[in-house]
Amino acid sequence: MAELTQAQKDLLETIAGLTCMPGGAFNIRANGGLAERQVTEHINITSKEDKPGIDIHIAPETKGETCYIPVVMDESGMTDIVYNDFFIGEGADVTIVAGCGIHNCGGEDSQHDGIHRFFVGKGAHVKYVENHYGSGDGLGKRILNPVTEVYQDEDSSVEMEMVQIKGVDSTIRTTKSELAKGAKLVVRERLMTHGEQHAESIYLTELNGDGSSADVVSRSVARDNSYQKYTSRIVGKAECSGHTECDAILMDNARVLAVPELDAACLDAQLVHEAAIGKIAGDQLIKLMTLGLTPEEAEEQIINGFLA
Amino acid sequence: MLELKNIVFDVTEEDGSVKRIIDGVSLRLDENKFYVVTGPNGGGKSTLARIIMGIEKPTSGQILLDGVDITDKSITERAKMGISFALQQPVRFKGIKVHDLINIASGKDLGTVEACEYLSAVGLCARDYIDREVNASLSGGELKRIEIATVLARGTKLSVFDEPEAGIDLWSFQNLIHIFETMREEIKGTILIISHQERILNIADEIIMIADGKITKTGKKEDMMIDIIGASLEGGICSRMNIPEGGRN
Ligand SMILES: Nc1ncnc2c1ncn2[C@@H]1O[C@H](COP(=O)(O)OP(=O)(O)OP(=O)(O)O)[C@@H](O)[C@H]1O
Ligand SMILES: [Mg+2]
Repeated sequence: MAELTQAQKDLLETIAGLTCMPGGAFNIRANGGLAERQVTEHINITSKEDKPGIDIHIAPETKGETCYIPVVMDESGMTDIVYNDFFIGEGADVTIVAGCGIHNCGGEDSQHDGIHRFFVGKGAHVKYVENHYGSGDGLGKRILNPVTEVYQDEDSSVEMEMVQIKGVDSTIRTTKSELAKGAKLVVRERLMTHGEQHAESIYLTELNGDGSSADVVSRSVARDNSYQKYTSRIVGKAECSGHTECDAILMDNARVLAVPELDAACLDAQLVHEAAIGKIAGDQLIKLMTLGLTPEEAEEQIINGFLA
Repeated sequence: MLELKNIVFDVTEEDGSVKRIIDGVSLRLDENKFYVVTGPNGGGKSTLARIIMGIEKPTSGQILLDGVDITDKSITERAKMGISFALQQPVRFKGIKVHDLINIASGKDLGTVEACEYLSAVGLCARDYIDREVNASLSGGELKRIEIATVLARGTKLSVFDEPEAGIDLWSFQNLIHIFETMREEIKGTILIISHQERILNIADEIIMIADGKITKTGKKEDMMIDIIGASLEGGICSRMNIPEGGRN
């Protein structure tokens, strides 16, 4: 990783767990340009001609490969918009590790907006991991506004792990999914906000085919003066099942708004939502203190476990 | 090793009236002995245990541990000084694993093998449980056993168990008794168990009867049976005491 700065390398490790170049396919974007790329026999990555971004083609029946597409930024005052399209062939079973890390030591805002579209072929399975992270002590804000669109063909399944634990000042994360017959979507969001941070998550899920299902669950911790808004709308247009849940721990002066919306447009749609927001349960703190932890250590254990 | 001096605990009810829950309890627990606290429901047993652990602060009175006044010490301080407590109603945690809880309890990072020993001791097939979350997916009995395992893992000089047998099936019950017996041999500490079970009363060095917030009697089981039956009849819960018709042999 000769071309990458130390800050960029640190970010890569945090968001994608990379300490060296991975073995399989990858595309690393740094400060708005391509830093490194590697393709494999089954996974091809090409730059878009008309706008910034890449096309990722995963051949049908590709099994067990992982593709990394992290974005890192350490220049203050830059706005980066990137369009990435994923074409996942029928019957493939792959993991995609995305994520964005911003290190901003300067006085100007740094912003990255990733527009991702997934076209998931019949019977394919995708695990998508997206990690957001900010560091640096500059006054400039670290802003991320990703939009993800997922089009799932029959019997495909998509698992999304959306994580933002630290350092992102402002984010609006929008995820839209459309599911055909027998398709399955599982979303696990984990979010922690602190300071004056502002985080909004919007999930719009349309269950269009019989036998499709979605399970969209967010666990979050809001500390200090931060604000979170969670909107999850599931539309059931067929014989389908949908579940969405927001489970938030509230601390200090934080505020959390949960807006679950269910729209059943078919008699056989079964949709459920749950939302629970509250401070850490007193009996949980007490139990851990009886095991010898201080109140602060107990709090940390509970939060770490909750977000693990 | 533990001394309670004239402990009183009052709560203020919603209408502003004061209700006395613990009414002047004085008690001395000696080292390396096995005590069982029993008595009717609502008598104040759990409250007393919570006062010993520091979860509730007494309205008046004094608590000494090995001669040190711990009345104003926090839960954490008491835990570090060597008191453990298995709750009557164990707590569930989203995301904290059984292994994590046992690590916290033992105060070190145990390997899977070591951590599993504590689970096996409470009759759980360790491999199936060690990586499970201590959440709503565990049954009441499973949770109760994990609670006991955390106290075993702590291995402190004073261990308090609040109705450890509740929700535990008959087969495991025998093992539970065995756990207390080995604990006693290995830790050489003081064990205080709140229980309604005759078989637990059987292994006590001393039984302490609590009713209406007061100690009504202490002594060996033989001296206590009449009182125990009397108290439980008053409470209308004879069956919970597990006493066959016609009393004990
Ligand atoms: N904080 C409180 N506020 C009001 N009442 C309380 C409070 N804590 C305990 N009590 C009451 O004090 C009494 C004693 O409760 P405690 O839980 O100690 O009984 P116990 O002997 O453990 O009963 P059991 O055998 O049913 O477990 C009960 O009547 C209970 O309702
Ligand atoms: Mg009780």
